[in-house]
Amino acid sequence: MASVQVLRRRIRSVQGTQKICRAMEMIATAKMKRTQDQAMAGRPYAERISQIVADLAIHPQVDGKAHPLLQKREVNKIAIVHITTDRGLCGGLNANLNRLVANFILEQTIPATLITVGRKGRTFMLRNGQDIRAEFTGISDRPTLLETLPISRVVIDDYANGDVDLVYLAYPRFVTTMVQRPTIEVLLPVEPTEVPPIQRVEYIYEPDPGAVLDQLLPRFVEMQVYHAMLELIACEQSARMVAMRSASDNAKDLIEDLILTLNKVRQETITKEICDISGGAEALA
Amino acid sequence: MATLRLEIVTAERTVFADDVSEVVAWGVEGQLGILPHHASLMTMLQPGDLLIKKDDEEHYLVISGGFLEVRPDKVIILADACERAEEIDVERAEAARRRAEEILKTRPPEIDTAAAEAALRRSLARIKVAERRRRRKGAM
Repeated sequence: MASVQVLRRRIRSVQGTQKICRAMEMIATAKMKRTQDQAMAGRPYAERISQIVADLAIHPQVDGKAHPLLQKREVNKIAIVHITTDRGLCGGLNANLNRLVANFILEQTIPATLITVGRKGRTFMLRNGQDIRAEFTGISDRPTLLETLPISRVVIDDYANGDVDLVYLAYPRFVTTMVQRPTIEVLLPVEPTEVPPIQRVEYIYEPDPGAVLDQLLPRFVEMQVYHAMLELIACEQSARMVAMRSASDNAKDLIEDLILTLNKVRQETITKEICDISGGAEALA
Repeated sequence: MATLRLEIVTAERTVFADDVSEVVAWGVEGQLGILPHHASLMTMLQPGDLLIKKDDEEHYLVISGGFLEVRPDKVIILADACERAEEIDVERAEAARRRAEEILKTRPPEIDTAAAEAALRRSLARIKVAERRRRRKGAM
């Protein structure tokens, strides 16, 4: 059995870990509320813009051709925007998404290229020898639309140039604090939602529907990428909070066990010493 | 008095949501005023100032491009970025104006002059709105 000294050292070390876990849990809890609010604040814009895109997409085009970002093409190459966190210690959040995307790539018969956001996804994909077109790291935990624009720029340019014919967006979707669901969605070509005819409004377009659509579609894509980023941040904080809470609970259990063992060892040593002393005294008598 | 429901949203937040009596904005084809019961309209916006009239009050905001949608039930502005007069950082706007003017004067080949022109418009609109607010505060 381990000595008293070794046990004491062990307990101190676990206590240190526990303190760190608890601190991280509290930080994540504080940030969680803010990130969830931020994700909610972007909803009205997202709803409006998808509605307008839907209204416009049914509009007959001037030259009879659909907008390039709406056009479905024969698929020769796909791209996946893979959104993960920079930092770990947030449970299975990144691992779940990595696994989902890896399986998704394996199922494909066409070559796939990746645009990774976040260090965790990049490392995983590099280790697995995937083709990475672009990588983005170091996005703050209070992301602005401006920070996510370079990501959407790469996506839109690649699609417009014909380098890729189908773009997926993979990110963890925030369901509740306890549940985050890894999701893969089609980002490009834009698939407008169906509008029931009663809700349709006949607009006067200035300057004309084509020009508005030209401006609107890139915005729509940018907004979707930004929104996925917000979901990721909300997921990261709540996943970290849950992971760190169970870690500090485990540390507490471990410390209790160790203290029990420590006391047993200590008592045993004392009993042994008393035995020795009384044995020695008897021998002298 | 008839009013119209105005909502100004950016990708990051809802900037304004209230019943107002008139909205004046810079569309791509010139300045346009929206009164209640306006026909359904969808237009792109230029960077510029936005005037909101509510009762007898006038509010100014700055918009750096976006879309304006008039629906039968409300008016929605999807702005790329939008600031209220009191949120404007005048020093930053001045610096941006000087930077843009410098680029337009020297016209270096590697920089997009259209982008500089847009930046100039944005900073001028910010400065204009901020100054108007300062003057009005001084008068009171």
